[in-house]
Amino acid sequence: MALRLISLLALVVLWQVAAHFANPRLLPGPLVVFATMKSEAASGALFAALGITLARVAAAFVLAMAAGTAIGYAMGRSALFDRAADPWIIVLLNLPALVIIVLAYIWVGLNEAAAIGAVALNKLPVTVVTIREGVRALDAKLDEMARVFGFSRTKRLVHVVAPQLAPYFAAATRAGLSLVWKIVLVVELMGRPNGVGFEINTAFQLFDVPLLLAYALPFTAIMLIIEMLMVQPFERHVSRWRPRAA
Amino acid sequence: MSRVGDRARLEARVAKKSFRTASGQSVPVIADLSFALEEGETGALIGPSGCGKSTLMRILAGLDRDFEGAVHLPERGRVGMVFQEPRLLPWRSVEDNLRLAAPEASEAETAALFAALGLSEHRAHFPGELSIGLARRAALARAFAVRPTLLLLDEPFVSLDAPLARQLQRDLARLVESRGMTAVLVTHDVDEAIALADRIFVLSPRPAHVVGEIKVKNPRAAMSAEESQAVATRIEALRDAE
Repeated sequence: MALRLISLLALVVLWQVAAHFANPRLLPGPLVVFATMKSEAASGALFAALGITLARVAAAFVLAMAAGTAIGYAMGRSALFDRAADPWIIVLLNLPALVIIVLAYIWVGLNEAAAIGAVALNKLPVTVVTIREGVRALDAKLDEMARVFGFSRTKRLVHVVAPQLAPYFAAATRAGLSLVWKIVLVVELMGRPNGVGFEINTAFQLFDVPLLLAYALPFTAIMLIIEMLMVQPFERHVSRWRPRAA
Repeated sequence: MSRVGDRARLEARVAKKSFRTASGQSVPVIADLSFALEEGETGALIGPSGCGKSTLMRILAGLDRDFEGAVHLPERGRVGMVFQEPRLLPWRSVEDNLRLAAPEASEAETAALFAALGLSEHRAHFPGELSIGLARRAALARAFAVRPTLLLLDEPFVSLDAPLARQLQRDLARLVESRGMTAVLVTHDVDEAIALADRIFVLSPRPAHVVGEIKVKNPRAAMSAEESQAVATRIEALRDAE
């Protein structure tokens, strides 16, 4: 924890040093950005943008994780479904995020459903592939044990399958959160009248780098906190049974 | 197919069981194998490694239904099984492993089982924190906790050092005798078979069938060293005849 703080602090110091030598219009120092952040926070604009973007991230993330886990589980369990759905997943994986976003806005319209749907669709194939790997790695011997001892379907899912999938779920969550929030900004930049992405677009039009950083950095900080307070404790909880390495 | 005898008996008749290889060939594993056990008897299946013993256990456990023949389990067949590996859920404590398999077992029952198998201090431990000997004890406790009418033991003491295996054999024999259940033990250890079984079935190499059945004198504890030596010699003779 202490090491992490020192590492973060070093980054800020490096930034300050770099800003000292650079053109202040291109790279403002931390203090300038912090002052901009304060004024944006005082007007309430910063929090409104953060809130709406966070809501979009949450919606797209939950959608992609739920659908992706269900599809990935089915593909891992059924060879037939796997063969049938695999080409779709490969197409989705290789379709550029930008193409999905533009098509969603053209086909569905410039609305919230298109925005969140496009982000979820971008994240979906990664979740599917990760969970499918987890299902393929399920221990057949434990499954046999559960059958011999007459575990019910729910009991098998909760006590035999879910703990084996938890590390894969955590990996999908971690990779997913960062991917989702980056794509949400693009979606906002291209077709939403609010949110962090929209504010960054405005800053870009005005060539206002302090404003751009004043919106980008708090959001990065929020994602870092979510990772540290939610994702990592979840990982620790699900792996508490593993004998710790000395 | 098979005649329905006394419902309490265990009867297994496997006319044919084969595996399909990757190249599509059908390899027979078991052919015309049949054996029966009276209620409360312990039977040992002894045979060369790879002869199809574990396949037969999977059939008895109901894990493999793709065979020709029929299996009659003792009435209301509740099966408890000890696999070659402990197969405990690594993310659940020893006690939870037992409770998940036997939710209806009372606190007194589980406590008695843990005590009988020397696990009382390890109830809250995760399987990864146990030695292999303790993990096998936990697997035994789980199999007994379901109060099985049929106990299946698939080389339960393989890869344990000899003194530990003997100790566990004694604990197992005590539990089987005090609880009265039909049990099938797969082993390649002649002494283990003599120490635990009422009937010993000697199996042929693949495809497996029964080449001889030996009834072990009861009570075994009263058996002299010469008598058990005689049984061992008969088993060896049956094996060599193949």
